Amino acid sequence: MEQIKVLTANIDKPNSTSIDVYLDAGGYEAARKALAMKPDDIIQAVKDSELRGRGGAGFPTGAKWGFVPKNAPKPTWLLCNADESEPGTFKDRVIIEKDPHLLIEGMIISAFAISSNPMAYIYIRGEFYYGATVLDKALEEARQKGFLGKNIFGTAFDFDITVARGAGAYICGEETGLIESIEGHRGQPRVKPPFPAVIGAFGGPTVVQNVETLACVPFIIDKGAEWFKGFGTPKNTGPKLYCVSGAVKKPGVYEFPIGVNLKELIYEHCGGILGDRKLKAAIPGGASAPMLTADEIDLALNFDDVMKAGSMLGSAGIIVIDDSMCIVDAVWRLSKFFAHESCGQCTPCREGTNWLESILDRMERGGGRQEDADLLLDMSDNIGGKSLCALGDAAIGPVISSVKKFRDEFMYHVEHKSCLPGTMRYRRLDMPVAAH
Amino acid sequence: MADLHPENPYSRERFPDPARTVEFPPEARQRFDYILTRYPNKESALLPTLHLAQEVWGWISPEVVHYVGSLLDLSPATVFGVVSFYNMYNQKPVGKYHVQVCTNLSCMIWRAYDIYEHLCERLAVKPGGTTPDGLYTVTEVECLGSCGTAPVVQVNNDYHESMTVESTVALLDKLK
Ligand SMILES: Cc1cc2nc3c(=O)[nH]c(=O)nc-3n(C[C@H](O)[C@H](O)[C@H](O)COP(=O)(O)O)c2cc1C
Ligand code: SF4
Ligand code: FES
Repeated sequence: MEQIKVLTANIDKPNSTSIDVYLDAGGYEAARKALAMKPDDIIQAVKDSELRGRGGAGFPTGAKWGFVPKNAPKPTWLLCNADESEPGTFKDRVIIEKDPHLLIEGMIISAFAISSNPMAYIYIRGEFYYGATVLDKALEEARQKGFLGKNIFGTAFDFDITVARGAGAYICGEETGLIESIEGHRGQPRVKPPFPAVIGAFGGPTVVQNVETLACVPFIIDKGAEWFKGFGTPKNTGPKLYCVSGAVKKPGVYEFPIGVNLKELIYEHCGGILGDRKLKAAIPGGASAPMLTADEIDLALNFDDVMKAGSMLGSAGIIVIDDSMCIVDAVWRLSKFFAHESCGQCTPCREGTNWLESILDRMERGGGRQEDADLLLDMSDNIGGKSLCALGDAAIGPVISSVKKFRDEFMYHVEHKSCLPGTMRYRRLDMPVAAH
Repeated sequence: MADLHPENPYSRERFPDPARTVEFPPEARQRFDYILTRYPNKESALLPTLHLAQEVWGWISPEVVHYVGSLLDLSPATVFGVVSFYNMYNQKPVGKYHVQVCTNLSCMIWRAYDIYEHLCERLAVKPGGTTPDGLYTVTEVECLGSCGTAPVVQVNNDYHESMTVESTVALLDKLK
């Protein structure tokens, strides 16, 4: 499959963040066009495009907009999810830092479609300080042109955007955690229902949408739903950014029509495995996605096919693990992440993620017990589906899949108190560990 | 009175010292007033106000917790609850250069732990610790969203990508 340049069309241009470069490429024409349409017609176009959310869950975007009640007593909010904290994911950052006006234009159209109140937020992870400054500058340029503020594009629609910086919490990428954080609280997810589209930020209907999802919207308005569906396969449509990292020769962000083959992506586009070693496991959709083995990677990277293969496309953050790495240590590192990021609100996730980390660390340190592999599965079973938000389910993805697929390697640790010969740990065990 | 347990959030260090009350300097005060215009109520301005406070004072001291609470009509407990939830708010003073090494999986595969371990040893600090001269704090952090250019070392607000042990050491020497 050939790489394409749709969402990434501008990023290599000099001065790609400036509004003049964006306007030269036909920018903001889609917004102008959309503001002359009926909001419902915009929603219909997005439905027709079959666009699915790029943040992780793959939920149909047009359908979500359709859930927003008309005439709700409280104002409607549009929140852009630029939290991008799923390990292995670094695609939204490309749009934010290289083509911020694409995101702003997508937000203008989306806000108009859902009859948003005159303020929207881009919730960007606090670490993306540079990205926040790029966005602030781009927003100011758009205000100067009359594309944001009062009566934008000379219409009756008032709309502006504020960049809200997070402060280092993965859970604020979860949409209700994000809403809590925007309201000035600890980012602890809410029980659903009510879904945010009905009651979200400040009690009003709220649409939370990923950066890449919003960046697709101007293309749907400008070129039409049929054009958009020309990429990919039915129900899995549009251009898609893939982030490849880990043990490949050419890591980076690659754009394809959704559904590029994972094996082709790794071996042809990313130059194969570091040091020409063998692939041991590939994670297709960020740290939360169950691992695939070398036999399972002949697979189209779209929402449905990856799900059929027992994993998920998630954020399309592909992490490649080669056969020199100890799988127990790799999973330990991911479990440490989830234990650190659990918001602590519900018991199975708060306690369970810490136990998973501890058991895996114990195995690495030679203290593994015969029953540990099954214990990991049992613990996972008590977290998954029993937690308040999807972080609990995310935490067990890498654990269950690796224990099932690499059980021998886990058992080798128990029996020999060391890593499988030919594999190694990429850290020292004698360093003090910070508490979390 | 000495603290019985320095990590205890309720220890005396958590209480503001009336002799050290704080107030935004005029320029920060202007930025705070602007922040208030961007949010529908005062409470929702808490995170940006804390970012601003950390920019001004380098960390969120108990005095800052109380001051921010008074600005936004929030109790100190509410403010402290938020400060302690989010990683980026420093609850202790940090060095002039806060060196944050991502060790999550993609960076780990590109040998981020070599960098982290080397820095801790070279600077003789424990994880999260600060050198006695107050120059460097070294922290292990989670994925920074830059895995394609692993390993990544963030110093204060800036990302340094595709790092090695040597380039990290050179960077720190240059900063000094
Ligand atoms: C633990 C957790 C973390 C998440 N992190 C992110 C994130 O960093 N960025 C994002 O866009 N979506 C993230 N999501 C998904 C959001 O909850 C939500 O589904 C998404 O923002 C909806 O936008 P979309 O339909 O455009 O994808 C996360 C979900 C969970 C459960
Ligand atoms: S599942 Fe975990 S992250 Fe989600 S609400 Fe419960 S404790 Fe918090
Ligand atoms: S793993 Fe280090 S930046 Fe993502």
